[in-house]
Amino acid sequence: MSNLGFQQFPEYQVPGVQQADFSPYESNGGSIVAIAGDDFVVIAADTRLSSGYNIHSRDQSKLFKLSDQTVLGSTGCWADTLSLTGLLKVRMQGYEHTHLRTMATDAVAQMLSITMYNRRFFPYYVSNILAGIDKDGKGVVYSYDPIGHCERAFYRAGGTAGTLLQPVLDNQIGHKNINLSSSELPKLTIERAVAIASDTFISAAERDIYTGDSVLINIITKDGIEEKKLQLRLD
Amino acid sequence: MDLDIARDLPRPGFNFDNCKRNATLLKGGFKPPTTTKTGTTIVGIIFKDGVILGADTRATEGPIVSDKNCAKIHYLAKNIYCCGAGTAADTEMTTDLISSQLELHRLGTEREVRVVAANVMLKQMLFRYQGHISAALVLGGVDKTGPHIYSIHPHGSADKLPYATMGSGSLAAMSVFESRWRPDMSEEEGKKLVRDAIASGVFNDLGSGSNIDLCVIRKGSVEYLRNYELANKKGERKLDYRFKKGATPVLHTSVRDLIVNESVTVVPMETS
Amino acid sequence: MLNNYNGLAQPFWQNGPAPGQFYHFTGGQQQIQNLPRELTTAGPYGTQRNTARITTGSSVLGIRFDGGVMIAADTMVSYGSLSRYQSIDRVFKINEKILLGGGDDFADIQSIKRTIDQKMIADQCRADEIEMKPTELAMWLTRVLYNRRTRMNPLFIDVVVGGVNAEGKPFLGNVDLRGRFYEDFVVATGFARHLAIPLVRESKPAGREFTAEEASNLIRKCMEVLYYRDTRNTSKYTVGVCTPSGSVVEGPYKVDENWSFASTIKGY
Repeated sequence: MSNLGFQQFPEYQVPGVQQADFSPYESNGGSIVAIAGDDFVVIAADTRLSSGYNIHSRDQSKLFKLSDQTVLGSTGCWADTLSLTGLLKVRMQGYEHTHLRTMATDAVAQMLSITMYNRRFFPYYVSNILAGIDKDGKGVVYSYDPIGHCERAFYRAGGTAGTLLQPVLDNQIGHKNINLSSSELPKLTIERAVAIASDTFISAAERDIYTGDSVLINIITKDGIEEKKLQLRLD
Repeated sequence: MDLDIARDLPRPGFNFDNCKRNATLLKGGFKPPTTTKTGTTIVGIIFKDGVILGADTRATEGPIVSDKNCAKIHYLAKNIYCCGAGTAADTEMTTDLISSQLELHRLGTEREVRVVAANVMLKQMLFRYQGHISAALVLGGVDKTGPHIYSIHPHGSADKLPYATMGSGSLAAMSVFESRWRPDMSEEEGKKLVRDAIASGVFNDLGSGSNIDLCVIRKGSVEYLRNYELANKKGERKLDYRFKKGATPVLHTSVRDLIVNESVTVVPMETS
Repeated sequence: MLNNYNGLAQPFWQNGPAPGQFYHFTGGQQQIQNLPRELTTAGPYGTQRNTARITTGSSVLGIRFDGGVMIAADTMVSYGSLSRYQSIDRVFKINEKILLGGGDDFADIQSIKRTIDQKMIADQCRADEIEMKPTELAMWLTRVLYNRRTRMNPLFIDVVVGGVNAEGKPFLGNVDLRGRFYEDFVVATGFARHLAIPLVRESKPAGREFTAEEASNLIRKCMEVLYYRDTRNTSKYTVGVCTPSGSVVEGPYKVDENWSFASTIKGY
């Protein structure tokens, strides 16, 4: 730039003096729960879109169907969620056109990871949980941090009530801290997974102000995706 | 010598040194203990025969609901009640303190206390503390001069109004009043209006929630309608989450006798 | 090439969107000016561009009804706390299918409006009788606004986009300065988000949409409440209505203010 500029004045020569009156991020709330079984996976997310103390929408789905076998749940900064999922859809379509087949769940999982790491130093402020059926027909859940760390799991809770719900899943699905023999433990069926997913949301709506209105549940099996909706408290 | 002593005398009045200290601590990254806030929608209106106060029942700590059914309409005197929003401890302690002072005032003057007296005592106390007591109040009552509603802000300013709202849901509730309040409403109309105002806060403001409390104060009678309406029903869980017997592992067992066995042997006294 | 200036002279245009940066005029020369990133983002010594809102519009309220949408905004544009311009329409007809209500910084609203109008002309020049639909405009806005926020150089706007999509399906959505987008039957910016949305939500009939009459009554009521309680409001407002038969901006209307009870308030 010009050598007649404000660089001449030492007190202005502080890097990054820009007034920070604008934050590019905003938390828009919402929670996700995903539970994988032997040949199915259940993913649920509430439908409240909020910021601060305002409810913007009571009916905003946070589940993104990426293919017949893969669903992504995404909460956090809604503008980032929209951009990220838009980009994923473009890339999945590109893959489909070049390779003449749909991307497998584990491939989507890897792509999501690198897409998020691509923005390592200006991250997508989102909590992502990917649920799908893998190559062997088994249900699987992948969870992410905002910069692309990817972890394969069987059950996972994320979003604003994620810290409230994860210990419940650890106990009820992972059977942590339960001293019973495996024959006494309940088997994880689709019905049980759906029941636990909806029950956790009922509890989350009680205590987390950003979770509520209703919960959308997607049940993914090899035959496709079944959708369910359950009303939650509106306050 | 005398002058020296005078110089060392502490300055009269309140000391706000700790505020400065607290600000410095915060700047250094100190995390203060969190307080319970009542995000809150609180309202009050004047109707034909008196006043109606209303409040939601949610208390929060940040994004977490800490109390699902707390009472935000506080007793001040037989004819005066006060809704509180802000820091829970501040609203409770302030109203308790003023309540006791009003009772002493009543005994001293041998008259029913007036709502203005409560208003003045509250706002003078809050002003003295320069906003550090975060209590936003809607004060209402009926005395010999008629029904009164006051809204009192944490810094000590007060308004006398026919209808008032406070708390994070104040705008949602106020929009209901601004479109539907009329002078000389009947009690039924008034209760419906206050219910609607609180419901507006409960459903549109995330800081407010759960149930609706009302308090109707007429000349000579009070009706405190705790949980007047349960605006939200908890969803019914599908599964039973009680643990089976034996689910908790027993790591160690030790049994101790409670009856202590003592044997006493007689030692003959030496008498030689 | 834009960088044909020497080290001393200031460039003719910098630190902002180049004219025509967003649109590409049909049939024109393919000459998209890609400004160097240094000129569109803040450098190490900050930016010479203004980073705050100056002239602002307050609330915009949009309501979806069974046959279309209605968008209302008062006619005030403030300069800080000064009521600077008192009769400026903030609801715009974009085409026969789209209405746009603009809140927040009015200069940014005008800037984006010019670009959108240019897009509409480009649309007409194709003469294929295909009109842009509100969803498309809303999505385009999310991309523009999101990219600007990502460069830490946002357009300080909060807009309500409404209209009718294909098959006459009503559409109402909101896009904010970060590119956040959502659709709902009631959408608002500014103070209307706190004051008007509760009133509209409580009168939503279960299981059906509002009728046009209900929507227009609600707008009248909400604009009155906003006038009472938002300091940056005037008593005048315009209403845009979009139905499958076209879009129109009506008004300005005046709120029927009522201060009769004020004389009953005594003391303090």
